[in-house]
Amino acid sequence: MQPLPDAEQLLASLVGQIRPLLDAGAALVGIHSGGAWLAQRIRELHGANIDLGMLDISFYRDDFSRIGLHPQTKPSSIPFDVEGRHIILVDDVLYTGRTIRAAMNELFDYGRPARITLAVLVDRGGRELPVEAQVVGAKLPLAAGQNLQLTRDDSGKLLLKLHEAA
Amino acid sequence: MSSNPQLNKNGKLKHLLSIEGLPADILRQILDTAESFVGMAQREVKKVPLLRGKTVCNIFFESSTRTRTTFEIAAKRLSADVITLNVSTSSQAKGETILDTVDNLIAMHADMFVVRHSQSGAAHFIARHVEPHIHVINAGDGRHAHPTQGLLDMFTIRRYKPDMHNLRVAVVGDILHSRVARSEIHALTTLGVPEVRVIAPKTLLPEDVERLGVQVYHDMRAGLKDVDVVMMLRLQNERMSGALLPSAQEYFKCYGLTPDKLALARPDAIVMHPGPMNRGVEIDSAVADGAQSVILPQVTYGIAVRMAVMSMLAGVAA
Repeated sequence: MQPLPDAEQLLASLVGQIRPLLDAGAALVGIHSGGAWLAQRIRELHGANIDLGMLDISFYRDDFSRIGLHPQTKPSSIPFDVEGRHIILVDDVLYTGRTIRAAMNELFDYGRPARITLAVLVDRGGRELPVEAQVVGAKLPLAAGQNLQLTRDDSGKLLLKLHEAA
Repeated sequence: MSSNPQLNKNGKLKHLLSIEGLPADILRQILDTAESFVGMAQREVKKVPLLRGKTVCNIFFESSTRTRTTFEIAAKRLSADVITLNVSTSSQAKGETILDTVDNLIAMHADMFVVRHSQSGAAHFIARHVEPHIHVINAGDGRHAHPTQGLLDMFTIRRYKPDMHNLRVAVVGDILHSRVARSEIHALTTLGVPEVRVIAPKTLLPEDVERLGVQVYHDMRAGLKDVDVVMMLRLQNERMSGALLPSAQEYFKCYGLTPDKLALARPDAIVMHPGPMNRGVEIDSAVADGAQSVILPQVTYGIAVRMAVMSMLAGVAA
């Protein structure tokens, strides 16, 4: 088993890749919860005052009728006009692509973006929808039973954790 | 666990019939979920696809404007198909029983019923009758319960006074006949509000009202002293004709909320009313339209709270 990549280093790599887009006026939208942490950190590390939003995709999930509503929903918040903007959609782990599908649906209910770029910390493979990220921290192919999660400690430091299915 | 008809075997909410008997964490989950729906009104598209393909039937055996309309808007914002029946003016007048009405709607593939009825227990009765995949929401039954009103009131209080464990709340008016009062009191005590007062004349209080965990006041001025929240109730005009009350003027003098009575509450106290208001009977216009009134925000929050309830129910299996 290879060691997991360092989340903080991957984040630094994401910031480097995204910088030109932000300088050209793109806005950041993070997907709750890991993507929202990342988007927030990207904004801090970038330094300039970038528009930042957060999406909780609970109301757009495609498995609602099977598993019901997530017990802990957070309000989505996009405090700027999406219409005509370049949006960088940020998530922690890209897997089936279903979360991104839901997030794009929700984003369009705020307005029509000029362009959406997908930035993820880790692409773990296993896509079930035709979704690809343009900005990737690391590619890390994982088996179906494995669950890769981004966590955040009290000091705000990001850390990847791998859980094996029992 | 499942002796409670509102919960499924995993303790999840499958019908909303009354606040009584619901654990605090379910009430909080409804309020938290409603928080996510409040901001939606600012979006370009004020809809989410959660209930796409589902049919919600509002059956109102008793008339209502606010509750019916906000349930209708809530269901539509969740992308459900909505049918509203004012049964008092149609089938029931022709002699159809409640269950026949419901069975006909199930035959039209209804997935959720929102029921208002003048008989206490009507929503329970329908919930016992329907197939396990169908959900029932009580939108007011007789004197018994009006749970979504109780919840939207809690949501409103929490928005203005976030620390519910440190509040003094007064419920004022016709407690005896009020399903709203009953739902409010159960919600307040379940959510840990330490001091709930009821203020009413003896003739408008149920005999065993203390058993609900409230303090009783007959003098409104004493009861309003230092409260954070004043929840007014509607005085139903039909009560005036009986022996319960002398006259509307007399009632207003003793139990109407006027600016000078409100001045006894805390200076930042909020004033609530479930509507429709009888101005000059239970509430003075200067208060109803004043800076401390949150009566219209209650209506707005009612949509978000009803969306939260419907979306939680719709995702729960039998």
